[in-house]
Amino acid sequence: MSNAATMRPGRPALPEWVRRLPEYLMIWVPLLLSAAHLVSFSLWTIWISFTPSTLVPVAGWVGLRNYSAVAASRNWQIAFDNLLLFGSAFVLLSAATGLILAILLDQRIRGENVLRSIFLYPLAVSFVVTGTVWSWLLNPGLGIQKLIHDLGWTSFKFDWLIDRDMAIWTIVIAAIWQSSGFAMALFLAGLRSVDSDIIKAAQIDGAGPVRTYRRIILPSLWPITVTVVVIQLQFAISTFDLVRALTNGGPGIATQLPALVVYDLMFQRSLLGRGAAAAVLMLLILLAVLLPYAAWRYVQRRRAAHA
Amino acid sequence: MAALSIRALSKRYANLEVLKDIALDIESGEFTVLVGPSGCGKSTLLNIVAGLDRPSAGTIEIGGRVVNDVAPKDRDIAMVFQSYALYPSMTVRQNITFGMECRHVPKAEQDAAVANVAKLLQIEPLLGRKPSQLSGGQRQRVAMGRALVRNPLLFLFDEPLSNLDAKLRVEMRMEIKRLHQRIGATIVYVTHDQIEAMTMATRIAVMHQGSVQQFADPDTVYRYPANLFVARFMGSPPMNTMPARLEAENDGPVVVIGAGRPDELRLRLRGYDAAAPFVGRKVVFGIRPECIAEGSRTFSREAPVLVEAPVELVEPTGAETMVLLRLGGEPAMARVSPDIRPAPGTSAAFALDTRRICLFDPETERLIA
Repeated sequence: MSNAATMRPGRPALPEWVRRLPEYLMIWVPLLLSAAHLVSFSLWTIWISFTPSTLVPVAGWVGLRNYSAVAASRNWQIAFDNLLLFGSAFVLLSAATGLILAILLDQRIRGENVLRSIFLYPLAVSFVVTGTVWSWLLNPGLGIQKLIHDLGWTSFKFDWLIDRDMAIWTIVIAAIWQSSGFAMALFLAGLRSVDSDIIKAAQIDGAGPVRTYRRIILPSLWPITVTVVVIQLQFAISTFDLVRALTNGGPGIATQLPALVVYDLMFQRSLLGRGAAAAVLMLLILLAVLLPYAAWRYVQRRRAAHA
Repeated sequence: MAALSIRALSKRYANLEVLKDIALDIESGEFTVLVGPSGCGKSTLLNIVAGLDRPSAGTIEIGGRVVNDVAPKDRDIAMVFQSYALYPSMTVRQNITFGMECRHVPKAEQDAAVANVAKLLQIEPLLGRKPSQLSGGQRQRVAMGRALVRNPLLFLFDEPLSNLDAKLRVEMRMEIKRLHQRIGATIVYVTHDQIEAMTMATRIAVMHQGSVQQFADPDTVYRYPANLFVARFMGSPPMNTMPARLEAENDGPVVVIGAGRPDELRLRLRGYDAAAPFVGRKVVFGIRPECIAEGSRTFSREAPVLVEAPVELVEPTGAETMVLLRLGGEPAMARVSPDIRPAPGTSAAFALDTRRICLFDPETERLIA
């Protein structure tokens, strides 16, 4: 009697694990699978990097020989220098472009939604498409230079794509085009979250727009800035498809980047061990960015919990 | 001198008229409270006075100068916001000096002004902290410090106590009032809380649906509410209002509640000459809860007016007992002594203060007498 009274009619009680089955299936299975892939293949790559593997993986131990060979190669050195230049130029300029776009959009202009979509849209385009389109635009015989020539200004020259020293900047341009809209979206959200009363208070205090932005609004954006910089940096470090489609590392090896070196060593020169060593070096560069960020986030969260 | 004059001011957004023909003259040194339910236009009015919003028509004068086309910073005002609106990236000191910095006040002068205000508000130990490290009450003080340091002609407060808990709100209420008494500033204070209005104001402007219903000192607003809205909005619990009839007897007008019922209540009115034209017509009868008390209470030297009324509900609050009873069949709240607890369902004798009855015209809802 008492049992029947506590049970809801027509609804047999399921065991706990059956009720939570969808949860296990949807969260834990994919999580475990992807973690297993990530961890096992990372470990496998690290192991390969210490073996004399060439075309196929082989057992054996060569210590740090692969690393020293990669580090000594001109290909890697250029790739690393390019990464420093590309990474810093791209991150700073795309964040700056995104911030300027966000500030301009924040002026209660008409057609804001349309403009926001336009600026954000390149993010939806694949890097290969971006690279290909920009390779046409920047091709002196096909794109911008030809257009200006056809308009009659025949002395105009814009041939960075085939200029050894400037070619890396074409990648910076294409990458900024692709991802400054993303930075803009994050910054715009930050600008919009500033309490409107604070801006009114600044108005009454007599601060002009420049001072209001410089002293009050922009300082409140720095957590967003850190996030933008870290996300863009890890994108810069792992850039592959954009360069592959735009310059393919050329002219010569002038726009080589670490990911292209890995691909080149592993699949074109069949030097698996060295390719793996280059890949591990890339991972270390990534960690050098992400670990401080994770630590910073941890501190922030602890501080927020205490406040 | 009028510190603030608002004339024929209106504000409309598209088809919505949020302020209708507002006219207010606020004298220097007055503490004026704009009070009304949310959406009555009081905050819009304050924003227009501050210059953060533009009126659709009408003029605003601050200190005798028309400021319609003057920027907020040049209006000689300071404002305290509901959210405090402290600059989060600056220390308390920088928050207070930011306005002076914008006006290029010399550094030594800034320091002296900060020291002065910090002492007045007792926030000296907080000067080096960021707003995120302050409690609600401390933020409130800093926001007031930022306004005080400017020493403006006019202080504007936009619901400054709404974000504080009840206890702190009462403390800050007293503190703001004390501050006003000390520095004699002219204050326009917006709130939806009628108790804040009653306790702090030297004059209250009760607003409803975009217009000022009554603009008078707190006692007048409470004792002679201009219309039914003011009567029901001011006071907690609000004034009891009920339909009634005014009849003439040999020695003057009588107000009849529940006419024709067995428990019909007839109250003789004295000194309500203004009600004469309404004799023989319907009126709205209004009486404050504190004007209905236990039968042993005397309100004046004259013999009390006693009624026998059924008790429906008793709410002891500690300081007093609220009794829901029926007068001529109409519900009314009474405020009786704390130790008096009539049993619900029974009848008890209550004394009425008939000198403080309000009568309203049921058509226009305006006060008759």
